[in-house]
Amino acid sequence: MMGGFAYMLNKTNSGEYNPRDIPTEFIGRAAPAINVPDLYNETEIVKTADMLGKTWLFNVWGTWCPECWREHRYLMELNRLGIPVVGLNWRDERPEAKAMITKMGNPFLKIGFDPQSAVAIDWGVYGAPETFVINAEGIVVAKHAGGVTPAVWEKKFKKHFEN
Amino acid sequence: MKILKNIIFILCVLFVSSQANARFETHDFASPQMEKDYNVLVQELRCLVCQNQNLADSNAELAQDMRLRVYKMLSEGSSKDEIVEFMVVRYGDFVMYRPPVKSTTFLLWFGPLIFFAVAAIVVVSYMRRQKKGIEVVDEQQQKKAKSLLDD
Repeated sequence: MMGGFAYMLNKTNSGEYNPRDIPTEFIGRAAPAINVPDLYNETEIVKTADMLGKTWLFNVWGTWCPECWREHRYLMELNRLGIPVVGLNWRDERPEAKAMITKMGNPFLKIGFDPQSAVAIDWGVYGAPETFVINAEGIVVAKHAGGVTPAVWEKKFKKHFEN
Repeated sequence: MKILKNIIFILCVLFVSSQANARFETHDFASPQMEKDYNVLVQELRCLVCQNQNLADSNAELAQDMRLRVYKMLSEGSSKDEIVEFMVVRYGDFVMYRPPVKSTTFLLWFGPLIFFAVAAIVVVSYMRRQKKGIEVVDEQQQKKAKSLLDD
């Protein structure tokens, strides 16, 4: 038992195992609709269906989340590489969200505005940042809870964009 | 006496705070049945942010929004089972405070019983060995011990 404990502790420390991680049963299922107004254009509805035909990232963020600020720079890098990223600004205020984008740059094609977790709950989000990979057929193929880093990209996401 | 007073005070505070936390926002329910279903659901669904609380006890923002979602779904005519299914698809069995008994949760449910059984066996066998240890002392040894003590 002690051995098992030490093993898990070691995994936790090396970042391979997160005791607070919640296994999602969402992989392999159709991505839920987004259907909330855009952060900048309230009359435009951000939709999952608009992204059919290409593999894309769906990134949930908020200005209240420190890891989202750290992650933002790398999202800018992915944007430069031509990776389509749709954002979901979660439980935030419009002016604050816009201020962060102005300051840090905009890596998103569109940004859904979700102040009351309507979309977040549909996607099974329980923290920020969280990032999903959705394939051309609209199926969720990967998910990462926590900031996207080059290591996460290499290990979990990159393979879905190679073809 | 002072300790007793303190204990009573602490118990009162614990009791009062859990009562005060029982409901954060008020909803209008179309029927008593709907209110009952709502209360059962928020008791049985876990807050994903503060993972050792259920939705009813948590004031985390996500828990507030999940309670609102439960309320909306009930208002739109979803059954209790449909709402639990909706949450399980998204958050896994973990979202249920009482996870179902199945192969993956077997240890969770019966692990403590197994531990108890193993511990009981160990204790019993240890006690038996001890008893045997006492029986080893025969009459001759007892006489010897008595003579030593009498001296």
